[in-house]
Amino acid sequence: MSLGFQELEAAERPPTIMTSRLEGELLEVSMGPQHPSTHGVFRMNVALDGEIVRKLKPVFGYLHRNHEKIGENTSYLGSMPYTDRLDYFCSMTNNWAYALSVEKLAGIEVPERAEYLRVILAELTRLQNHASLLGFLLSDMGAWGTPLMYAFREREKILDLFESLSGSRMMCDYMRFGGCRVDASPEWLARAKEVVNRFPKFLDEFENLIVENEILIARTQNVGKLSPGLAISAGITGPMLRACGVNYDIRKVDGYGYYPRFKFRIPLGEHGDTYDRLMMRALEMRESIAILNQAFEQIPAGPVMNPKVKIRAFKPPVGEAYGRIEAPKGELGFYLISDGSSNPYRYRVRPPSFINLTILEDLCLGHTVADVMVILGSVDIVMGEVDR
Amino acid sequence: MIGTGILKGMAVTARNFVGSYFEKERLITVQYPEERSPLPENYRNFPFLIYDTEDAEAGLRCVACKICEKECPPQCIYIVKSEDKKPDYMGKPQFYPKIFDIDISVCMSCQICVEVCPFEAIKMDKVFELSTRERFDALRQGKDELSKSNTYYHSIHPIEAAEVDAKLAEAAAKKKPAAAPAAPTAGTSKSTPPSGS
Repeated sequence: MSLGFQELEAAERPPTIMTSRLEGELLEVSMGPQHPSTHGVFRMNVALDGEIVRKLKPVFGYLHRNHEKIGENTSYLGSMPYTDRLDYFCSMTNNWAYALSVEKLAGIEVPERAEYLRVILAELTRLQNHASLLGFLLSDMGAWGTPLMYAFREREKILDLFESLSGSRMMCDYMRFGGCRVDASPEWLARAKEVVNRFPKFLDEFENLIVENEILIARTQNVGKLSPGLAISAGITGPMLRACGVNYDIRKVDGYGYYPRFKFRIPLGEHGDTYDRLMMRALEMRESIAILNQAFEQIPAGPVMNPKVKIRAFKPPVGEAYGRIEAPKGELGFYLISDGSSNPYRYRVRPPSFINLTILEDLCLGHTVADVMVILGSVDIVMGEVDR
Repeated sequence: MIGTGILKGMAVTARNFVGSYFEKERLITVQYPEERSPLPENYRNFPFLIYDTEDAEAGLRCVACKICEKECPPQCIYIVKSEDKKPDYMGKPQFYPKIFDIDISVCMSCQICVEVCPFEAIKMDKVFELSTRERFDALRQGKDELSKSNTYYHSIHPIEAAEVDAKLAEAAAKKKPAAAPAAPTAGTSKSTPPSGS
C-alpha cells in the first residue's frame, strides 16, 4: 500500500525513515481509486498522524483517455462530441468553450439567437451542476442520499430540457462552430422558463435544509481554508477562487458571448473555507436564475447557425487561438493551433477541475481524514475532466 | 438556540416525505417494461439508413459516397462501394453500398453522420432496447438491419422528416425545371404529409 507513496517521495524521504516512523507515528493510507467519496477513480496517498493528515498526494490518471491526442487526430467537427465526455455533468459548457476557440481561430460570427441560446444553456448547466454538487457534498458529509435525491430531482428536469432540445441528456453535442445545431422551439423555451421559475422554490427549500444546520456548520466552517494569495498563484478559478474573495469571473472579465448584456452580480466569499465554497454555489444559482430570466425576455428570433460555415471539410486558417469560458467549475479553455489542415496541430484543454484539484494537499493538511472527503467534495471535480 | 437549524432541515425532509405520497409532481416512477415515458422528438440513439418506396434494396438513398465513414469520430461505419450502378428511387443510375455496417458498440450517437450526409440518407433512430447475448457480431448491424423506410422515419421524427421531405422535393424540382411549375414547394413551417416519392 505504501509503495506508491514512497515512489513519489523517494528523494525526500529515504525508505528507512518511513519504516521506522510507521511503528508509531505516520500511517500511510491509499484512499481510492474505488472509494465512494472520491467522485470517480481518484486516489490519494495520505500520511496520517492518528487521524490528522500530515501529507497528501493526489494520484491521477485512472481515467486517462487520450482526449487531446484524439482531438489532434480527428477533424474539428469530430472533436465536438468528445468534449461532451470531458466534464460529463456540463456538456453544454464544454461544447461552448470548444466552439468559442474554433470560432476565434477561424473568425466565425455567431448569430444573435444562437448566442442567447448558448447563454441559456450554459446557465441551465450551471444550475444543474451546482445543485448536484451541493447534493454530493452533503452526501460526503453523511447526509446519505436524501439531499442528493432532492438535487437530482431538479437536475433531472433540466436534463429533460437538454434531451428534448439536443437529443441526449448528458452527451448533448449541441453546439457547433458558428451557432447551434437545432433551433429551440417556442414550446421548449416556455418549458425552460417554467423550470427556471420553479427553481427558486427548490433553492429556498435546499437552503432551509443546509444553511443553518449546526452539524453542517461544524463540519465545514474553518475547514480547508484557502488564502487568496495561494489560490491565485496556484491558478485556481471558478467558485473556489471567488470563495476566497477574489473577484474574478470570466463572464465579467472577458465578456464573451452576450454576457455584457445581462445584469448579474458575482457572489464573493470571505473566509475561503468549505462553507464559503458551498454557499458560493447556492448564491451563484440565484444569479444564474437572474441571467436566465433576462435571456428569456431578450431572446430574438432568427437563425441559429451561421450559413457561411461549412462543418464538413472545415479547414481554419493557419494560426492559434485560446477560447475560454466560465464553466460551472471554473475557467475552461481550449487552446488550438492550426496548420491549415483539417485536424488541429495542437489541441489542449485547460480543465478547471484538474487545476483546482492540484491544491488539495494545502487544503487538507492538519485536518482529519473525514474532512478530506468534505474538502474534496467542495473542490467540485469530475474525473472525466481531470484525467481526460 | 442550538438545534434549530437541524429542526428546520428536518421539517424540509418531513414535508418531502409526506409529499412523496400524494403530490403528483413527486409520483414520477414509471413501471418501465409495461409503461413507457414518451421520448422527445429530438431524441437520438443509433443511426439507420432510409429507403424510399417499398423495396429496401432498390429505394436506399445511400450512394456509398463514404463521407459519413470518413467523418465518423469513433470510426464505427464501414462501407464497401458497389462496382456497378443501378437506378435509385428516382431512376437515376447511382452507386450503392455493397456493405454498410455500423458497429453500435462503438457508435457514440453523436449525429455527425446525419449532419454531413448530403443525400439525407442516414438518420438517427429512437430504438434503445438493443441488448444482445453476444459481444461481437450481434452488435454489428448490417445493411439489412439498418435499412428502414421513410414512413418509419416520419413516425419517429415527424417534424424533422417533413422538413427533409420538403427539402428533397425542392431539390428535385430544381433539377427538373422543365417538369411543370414544380409542385408546391411545401411550406417550411407546416408539416407536409409524407410524399411517397
